Amino acid sequence: MRIPVSRASTASCFIALTAVVCASFPSAGCGSKRAPAIATTIQVKGSDTMVNIAQAWAEEYKKVEPGVEVEVSGGGSGVGIAALEKGTIDIADASRNMKPDEIAQAKRNTGKEPKEFIVGYDALAVYVNKDNPLDEVTLDQLASVFAEGGTVARWSQLGVTIPGVSDNTIVRVSRQSSSGTYEFFREHVLNKRDFKLGSRDMNGSKEVVELVGNTKTAIGYSGMGYATPSVKMLRLARKAGEPAIAPTVEHALNKSYPLARSLQVYTLGEPEGAVKKYVEWMLSETGQKILQESGYVPIPHQN
Amino acid sequence: MTAHLPPPTHTPDRRPSRGALAVFGERVLENVIRLSGVSAIFFVLAIFFFVFREAAPVLVSDSFSLKEFLFSVAWYPTSDINVRYGILGLIVGTACVSGLAVLIAVPFSLGSAIFIAEFCGPRLREGLKVVIELLAAIPSVVWGFIGLTVMSRLIVAVTGAPVGVNVLNGGIILALMCVPIITSIAEDALKAVPDSYREAALALGATRWQTVHRVLVPAARTGLLAAVLLGVGRAVGETMAVLMATGHAVHIPSSVLDSVRTLTANIAAELGEASVNSEHYRVLFLTGVLLFLITFVINLTADLVVRGVRRER
Repeated sequence: MRIPVSRASTASCFIALTAVVCASFPSAGCGSKRAPAIATTIQVKGSDTMVNIAQAWAEEYKKVEPGVEVEVSGGGSGVGIAALEKGTIDIADASRNMKPDEIAQAKRNTGKEPKEFIVGYDALAVYVNKDNPLDEVTLDQLASVFAEGGTVARWSQLGVTIPGVSDNTIVRVSRQSSSGTYEFFREHVLNKRDFKLGSRDMNGSKEVVELVGNTKTAIGYSGMGYATPSVKMLRLARKAGEPAIAPTVEHALNKSYPLARSLQVYTLGEPEGAVKKYVEWMLSETGQKILQESGYVPIPHQN
Repeated sequence: MTAHLPPPTHTPDRRPSRGALAVFGERVLENVIRLSGVSAIFFVLAIFFFVFREAAPVLVSDSFSLKEFLFSVAWYPTSDINVRYGILGLIVGTACVSGLAVLIAVPFSLGSAIFIAEFCGPRLREGLKVVIELLAAIPSVVWGFIGLTVMSRLIVAVTGAPVGVNVLNGGIILALMCVPIITSIAEDALKAVPDSYREAALALGATRWQTVHRVLVPAARTGLLAAVLLGVGRAVGETMAVLMATGHAVHIPSSVLDSVRTLTANIAAELGEASVNSEHYRVLFLTGVLLFLITFVINLTADLVVRGVRRER
């Protein structure tokens, strides 16, 4: 008599436990099919650079399609792509391109090939505090500030003195390694070398600009849409002696600014239904106007 | 004739019979309770097993060196040219932040434990205990938020440090989180000292302070040590608050005003991006195994110390 009772209670405990686990991870598989209280939910996740615009789109889209709810979360391009590989989201935002091994992983896991849509452009701006007298910098100088083995550690080495500060050590503000911005900066400024250890690695585009705004001796990089009155965007020169270019919409579009990049969204396979309509709407005139208002660069008209 | 005999269960020396359902229900309940009791052991073992299973393959991989893992500062898990997994900077970060937290928390919490247990009146005692328990109920993300906003500005204003999120900030925030734990366990330890000790000390002409200092604290020392160790365990394992308050920079800090990154914060920040079963993912789990071992050793020590107290009496 005892043994079957014990078994039954073990089984019921296990079922209860499974239910609890499933309830607490709605995106982890067993809960992904939602009750149709709202007709459709589109899950968007990824780039912190794009969180602002992704949220602006989601808000506006509510008015266009009241039956569709768009849920947006950040975490970094890498986080979004990792979630897309597992098939737990509908759209991944990324400020970098998916790598071949990530595409292969997504295909292995879900059997579908990720499809890329360029939804806009962004200039990656280099920020300093507004009290910093520095106005322009070359990519080589930036690399010697940020890269492993780089020799520049003090502002005096760049020829500037920051007023009202005794310690002129450069406070480097960087991003966590799941960030697409981090990888873009590493590829295009550091030439794929690694970052110097000891930089403050922030978890979002906004946090970088905030810290630079609060710290007179700081330098950091972030999307140009995040500029605030307490920071200054530096003009960048590709090489010493070449003209330094300011990060503006115009310079990002004609590619004269050295750190212009595309922003993309990925879907698993050819998008269908609500997701397809949503992506098309992002690329429409309305969607692109919202993108421009959030401080990014819209796609130039094809014709 | 036999049909008229009463059934055996009605004999007066037996307990009154219960329905089969009641007996059955009791058995079920008994087993559920037994299962919940045993489940703690099961869960601890299962957690260790699964964490270790995720981490294990990297230990035998050729590109991974355990020596580099433990003794190198270079943490470049996503490098394009030279991937390196050195967590010395993270270990030192955890040690600095928790060490500072314990240094700040221990005098405060032992002081308040002694005050609550020995010096204050019963009404104030009840009030203080409620407030301290309330302190323990504040979620760690709220502490992190306080560190990120209030404390970081305060530190910049007072010390002139370039960045307010650093070892000092993390240490203060963690200290505030440890104080309720250390205080309540230390107070229990002091309360557990038999009243005859106090009476004997007072009878010998000791003042109240001498009683506390020479008699009660030595008598409760193992309990107090256990309280401190549990506080350390809390400090080492805390994630959210240190993630927000320490500035997230991988290196060995040269002062308390430097930013650091801790083992826990590193796992929280990077596990989301590491693709499943990649080397980076496994190394993060290995960091988890290390953390588990650290907190396990600390809690085990605390437990053994407490058992030591019980055996002495």
